[in-house]
Amino acid sequence: MDRHLVTISTLCFVAAIVRTIVELRAGMFRPARFSFFAIAIGFIFQTAFLSMRGHALGRCPLTNLFEVFIFLAWSVALIYLLIGSTYRLSLMGAFTSPVIFLIQTFALLAPIDTPHARKLPANSWLEFHASMSMIAYGAFALACIAGVMYLVQERQLKTHNLHSIFYHLPPLDTLYAAITRLLWWGFVLYTLGLVSGFFVGHPLPRIQIVCAFAVWILYAAILQGRHLRRLAPRRVAALCIVGFSAALTLLWGITFTAQMYSPP
Amino acid sequence: MNLFCVGLSHHTANVETRERFAGHPKTDGVLRDSGCAEALVLSTCNRVEVYAASAARVPTEAVARCLARSGDKELSEHTAIFYRYEGADCVQHLFRVAAGIDSMVVGETEILGQAKKAYESARSSGAAGPFLHRLFQRAFRVAKQVRTHTEITRGSVSVGTVAVDLAQKIFGNLAGRKVLVLGAGETSERTARALASRGVTDLWVSNRSADRAEELARSMGGWAIPFHLWSEQCREIDILITSTSSDTPLLTSQTLEPVLHQRIDRPLFIIDIAVPRDVDPQVNELEGVYLYDIDSLQAVAEQSLALRRQQIIAAEEIIAAHVVDFRETLARTFNRSSQDSDHSSLGETPLRASQL
Repeated sequence: MDRHLVTISTLCFVAAIVRTIVELRAGMFRPARFSFFAIAIGFIFQTAFLSMRGHALGRCPLTNLFEVFIFLAWSVALIYLLIGSTYRLSLMGAFTSPVIFLIQTFALLAPIDTPHARKLPANSWLEFHASMSMIAYGAFALACIAGVMYLVQERQLKTHNLHSIFYHLPPLDTLYAAITRLLWWGFVLYTLGLVSGFFVGHPLPRIQIVCAFAVWILYAAILQGRHLRRLAPRRVAALCIVGFSAALTLLWGITFTAQMYSPP
Repeated sequence: MNLFCVGLSHHTANVETRERFAGHPKTDGVLRDSGCAEALVLSTCNRVEVYAASAARVPTEAVARCLARSGDKELSEHTAIFYRYEGADCVQHLFRVAAGIDSMVVGETEILGQAKKAYESARSSGAAGPFLHRLFQRAFRVAKQVRTHTEITRGSVSVGTVAVDLAQKIFGNLAGRKVLVLGAGETSERTARALASRGVTDLWVSNRSADRAEELARSMGGWAIPFHLWSEQCREIDILITSTSSDTPLLTSQTLEPVLHQRIDRPLFIIDIAVPRDVDPQVNELEGVYLYDIDSLQAVAEQSLALRRQQIIAAEEIIAAHVVDFRETLARTFNRSSQDSDHSSLGETPLRASQL
């Protein structure tokens, strides 16, 4: 039953995508409130799902890959709603909706919503660790989206071939500042999640720790390259995309091993 | 009551012909000499038009005579270039003009200001009555709606403003950005001034003639630097405007690449207006460098214009809906007022919807 809420929220993101495509095809795209509201409504349904599932499980709903993906999509929407509009990157909605749509569609179609064999007891440290890490992933996803926007804008400026979307994308400088801030937000939250993982009360599988540290080192390296001026903005933007793709793959590994080695 | 428009524009007349009618026409003269109940003259460098309301039909020649300079003996030769729109066609024409669709540069917004000024002038002199009042108020609304709901005003269509807009797309806020003008030519000066008008304050000028560099720097509140030292500034500047008369490129990938390593996180925008070009085109391949020569700036301006032209259909749809609505509203309003009193508000025969 609660999966219907995910379906409805996915339809909200589809509406935002369709509207954007129609407007872009007509050559009259307006970074209107529509995307923002469509994402906000989708977010409400995501929250309702997580709340119902959490209530049923008696703990934070991160017990299987389906829940992990919906939590991730929820985090992306949350960071967008909190930060996207602050940085006046209204067009980010046009880029955010497809990412959330893909995550949720995959989660709905793949046979990954397998109920846990036994009801796990609530562990506040574990839940804090998992939820902080997922919200950090949301920030990394947004940094990846801002990275895509940067590369699109940069490519148009380089090739002198300006399309209608050029006029709606923020300046390179603004996008670069947004990428930096999102990376920092993600990095700080992820570090909190990582540190709290050592307090869950039972040893975590080594592969899980290695994957988690790999993601941390990857983003630490990007931030260091950015602040020591070793990386050009275009490379930072590209690395945000590479970094998030890698982090997503590792997240799969972390969740998979967590299910395999769950404590008795 | 007949609502009509008589005029000429860049579509029908060359500048030599237009200047015979532009500049001097006064609304009250048109009102007095042509026998219209209401009249308004819209005179710009690209068009001279009279919008009027009259009980009886006023011939085009009569209006043209009012517009012509006194003593113009060749007026009869020019009457053919005047167009005339009546009723709904007149309404549609004004909406198109106000929205910038009929302008030489599609989507330009100056015409709206000119139309507002013409309306204000006619209103204060009493030449514009209830018909023209409603017509022009609606036209201003339509123009605003077209601007908001289409991309017709999007992008720059002149080389100078294209350069400034591109700079803003790279740097966002231009305040605090350092600009070097290399070669104190007229176009580079214009571009530098346009940048200064958008917030650039840190402006440097370098020219083979030091006097000219000093003069230009002083007039723009910037600083002059000797010509042999300009390349040292590449480490610090954000925007380079170059327009020297050098036969060989002054800036190549080989000379710029080492400098870029020291400013890896700062983009460099180069506007090369010189012909032959001052900057080797290969420079655009370097990371973080955005090089635009005169042709690429022109190409961007043309792309913007093409984008604006694509929007005409969407704008026409908005206008068509307003023309129908305006026709109905006006007919309803004036029919009601004629029923309420023995005389219509204008003391004329009641307006029929079919007349508009």
